Amino acid sequence: MTATIAITVNGERREIPAPATVADLLARIGLDPRKVAVERNLEIVPRSTYATTALAAGDRLEIVHFIGGG
Amino acid sequence: MDGLHTGADDTWEVAGRRFRSRLIVGTGRYKDLEETARAIEASGAEIVTVAVRRVNLSDPKAPMLQDYVDPKRYTYLPNTAGCHTAEEAVRTLRLAREAGGWNLVKLEVLGPPPLLYPDMRATFEAAEALLKDGFQVMVYCNDDPIAAKRLEEMGCCAVMPLGAPIGSGLGIQNPVMIRAIVEQAKVPVLVDAGVGTASDATVAMELGCDAVLMNSAIAHARDPVRMARAMKAAVEAGRLAYLAGRMPKKYAADPSSPLTEGLIR
Repeated sequence: MTATIAITVNGERREIPAPATVADLLARIGLDPRKVAVERNLEIVPRSTYATTALAAGDRLEIVHFIGGG
Repeated sequence: MDGLHTGADDTWEVAGRRFRSRLIVGTGRYKDLEETARAIEASGAEIVTVAVRRVNLSDPKAPMLQDYVDPKRYTYLPNTAGCHTAEEAVRTLRLAREAGGWNLVKLEVLGPPPLLYPDMRATFEAAEALLKDGFQVMVYCNDDPIAAKRLEEMGCCAVMPLGAPIGSGLGIQNPVMIRAIVEQAKVPVLVDAGVGTASDATVAMELGCDAVLMNSAIAHARDPVRMARAMKAAVEAGRLAYLAGRMPKKYAADPSSPLTEGLIR
């Protein structure tokens, strides 16, 4: 049986298989890592560290991108 | 110089980058991304403002702005629209810097509706934090020459007073103060917000602004692509008129045709 952890992504609670990195999460959601920015527990996750940043139970993530604005 | 063109040598510079177009356009409020792309193309803008928002997790394959407005072709200027505190603004722009990979940003910290007038205390606070963190800050501000000077002295790379409330289309309500800000500034001054139609953009440029920033005036026109062309021409016309130096105003007639010589009697 695979272990899962609960995290919050953009305000939504999600269960994901553990262990997992930020890169795993983006792939799971289906997002192009080059087009988003990620904040984990209020700290920016540099894009170069997506594959090495492990997620922990209770993490709060914000995944953002650019949209139209003035 | 030919036609509407002010000449390739008439450029302006912000944060060490040189631009020919003096029109900065927003990318919001269009019908769709296709129309956004066409309007921006027609405007001739080289800088576009963008907002930073959560990705829609239920639709991760939805088309993204970058797919239509190429960040390699246009300089993205991330904004802090929707931020009402310094903390929110700084957090938003740190994410924007990571998403875009550059540090040129538009700071706006707004008071409550219905005016969304700049909250200058929070704006100063956010500007200080961002400058300390290595950002190049173009800052939306009141039409207040003292505030504009302070922001410049802090190290902001451009000051952007409002012409009228955001999205109001009321035009330049405060030409005297915009002029005062332009005359004292050592960094670029842009009118940001309030432009409603082409003549408003021309007025801003005739006052000596380095550039004009707008979104709704184009996006909410009946034909946005055509209005984008109009704004391009209007900004160029205003710039040319500013460079040319307008004639003095007089309070009596001063005819161009000779009135004393050669009149038939």
